[in-house]
Amino acid sequence: MSGANGGDPLVEVRDVKKYFPIRKGLLQREVARVHAVDDVTFSVHEGETLGLVGESGCGKSTLGRTIVRLLEPTAGNVFFEGRDISKLGSRALRPLRREMQIVFQDPYASLNPRKRVGSIIGSPLKIHDIDDKKGRRKRVQDLLQTVGLSPEHYNRFPHEFSGGQRQRIGVARALALRPKLIVADEPVSALDVSIQSQMLNLLDDLQKEFSLTYIFIAHDLGVVRHVSDRIAVMYLGKIVELSPAEDLYVRPIMPYTEALLSAVPIPDPDLAHERERIVLEGDVPSPINPPSGCRFHPRCRYMTDICKEVEPPLVDYGRGHLAACHHPLNVDRETLERVQVSKRHTPGSADEEARPQEPGRAGAGPIPRSG
Amino acid sequence: MAEPLLEVKDLKVSFRTEDGVVKAVDGVSFAVDQGEVLGIVGESGSGKSVTMMSVLRLINDPNMQVEGEVIYKGRDLMKLHKDEMQEVRGDEIAMIFQDPMTSLNPVYRVGDQIIEAILTHQDVGKPVAKRRAIELLQQVGIPHAEERVEDYPHQFSGGMRQRAMIAMALANNPDILIADEPTTALDVTIQAQIIELIDKLKDEFNSAVVLITHDLGVVAEIANEIIVMYAGRVVERAPTRQLFYDPQHPYTWGLLGSIPRLDRPKLERLHSIKGMPPSLINAPEGCKFRPRCPHAFDKCTEEPELRNRVEEHAHLDRCWLTVPDKRRLRDETISGEEAA
Repeated sequence: MSGANGGDPLVEVRDVKKYFPIRKGLLQREVARVHAVDDVTFSVHEGETLGLVGESGCGKSTLGRTIVRLLEPTAGNVFFEGRDISKLGSRALRPLRREMQIVFQDPYASLNPRKRVGSIIGSPLKIHDIDDKKGRRKRVQDLLQTVGLSPEHYNRFPHEFSGGQRQRIGVARALALRPKLIVADEPVSALDVSIQSQMLNLLDDLQKEFSLTYIFIAHDLGVVRHVSDRIAVMYLGKIVELSPAEDLYVRPIMPYTEALLSAVPIPDPDLAHERERIVLEGDVPSPINPPSGCRFHPRCRYMTDICKEVEPPLVDYGRGHLAACHHPLNVDRETLERVQVSKRHTPGSADEEARPQEPGRAGAGPIPRSG
Repeated sequence: MAEPLLEVKDLKVSFRTEDGVVKAVDGVSFAVDQGEVLGIVGESGSGKSVTMMSVLRLINDPNMQVEGEVIYKGRDLMKLHKDEMQEVRGDEIAMIFQDPMTSLNPVYRVGDQIIEAILTHQDVGKPVAKRRAIELLQQVGIPHAEERVEDYPHQFSGGMRQRAMIAMALANNPDILIADEPTTALDVTIQAQIIELIDKLKDEFNSAVVLITHDLGVVAEIANEIIVMYAGRVVERAPTRQLFYDPQHPYTWGLLGSIPRLDRPKLERLHSIKGMPPSLINAPEGCKFRPRCPHAFDKCTEEPELRNRVEEHAHLDRCWLTVPDKRRLRDETISGEEAA
């Protein structure tokens, strides 16, 4: 996939927060808030794929939905092609919906069971008043072919399809308006491994054909690596590491990333036994009362006192690799002395001179390499 | 050698439907021993769940027909009376289901559901059963088990619910634990926890475990033997290391090749198995994998039998290619380099 290059970003997310109020009692007074997304900043360039990774409840889906404005951010701004869309009303948003689309996780719940495939895929065209009835039919049939289904499927119902085929229908619907941006929310998590790889290859092909920009949300770092140019790791509403894809796998800086990597199963019995398995204890804490200091500290094996008190800022370790941690892994001393707190948290401010090479902490990595 | 703990012989399960007879399981045989983990791997619809459900006689469908033997401790489970089967089920053989969201009853407390499992099979009082339930929840790693035992399922996270399911399955120290895709609905981090837990408990209770999954990565670490199922049949059966380092069936190669590998350099494209699993009503003639197999040739119109073809005796497969041909052809697919 093509990498990011200069020019203005297609999407810019700046200090975005999304809190959900919890109301109780007769007067429905707000008693607490779920901090689903808490001060997140990053940008995505045209033609790029940004992977968004984290466990359930880390806010990755909420963030994805906020970007395409299915949700309104509590604070902060979302820029699409330089225009602030975070406060637009539904009428003003309508033309923008042509530019950005979303593919949902559950292929069983995201298609209306009472509508035929043709009308599911065709409805975005109808809403935006594109073409006449005949033209739309032709377009939908072409779309079906593009995603690897057959035009004869036009009159079928969703229940006649398998999970993988339904997900293709979801992709066709997202493609119908020729958007620039597609947010794919766990598009392959519900699929069998063999079907999963077909889907990943399809997304790859479509990106090339229609020069799409993806925000790819997943909980499995194995899948994300395959599609992403850059990867953002989220934990409890915050981005804790943001890095060019391959760099994240070679030298994860944040201990949480290290643990996520080591949780991905390796289909090789000897290597699987050999590697150091970091099993995280417990679940993600409640985002209603996130832990103090570094939000990961209760589950972190490198935790010290400072982690409980001070929240680590997102620091730029050079070459666009950012992480928020008091005890960064795989960073040499020289880099540590030179690093600076990123101003905008974007790779644009990366210190080109800082070139971390030697890992700061020796030891077996979470993923052994086979020949 | 002594008799295995559980032996399934030539199990066939079919369902009569309006469109014809669905042969969901067609001649499956395997055995498990105490302290061993058997992995059953295959895609949705390959018959892996139906196989284990019918071993426990959990499918109650008038259109279903079952043939074959399931020998457990010298008795054929298929011939047991309903009440006798009830005693075996949940006591000697327990099952964990795929979806922890729907397999717990939402209107009963988690603790009470575990207590029920204990009271059904053991002659103890409720207070004893409750203490045992708390102990079990602690064993599977639920924090503050004394308090959480009073919770309802919705107060548990997905990972915790799956742990509660495991606690319930272990309530009566079963000899055999059947886990049907226990981690598919969970995050990778929680998946790692659950797999480690099953591995640990297997040693503690000396149970046999049958682990059903669609992901070969999940069973690589803990299974002793693996069977790969396709279209209701076993296409390959081998000790774990053999299956990963000397796989004989093109379908197994495809499964291995479609996993995005963290331990290897990133590939331009992932390998994928073309097409979809066949309909079980009108299964293709001959080898069932033939329509999707890139190496199919004339002989494949006749179905190969499941038998040993390599040096290792316990390694069985169902493919006509010669062993040297297989060893030459497979690497491209497994490494995922073959153009998809």
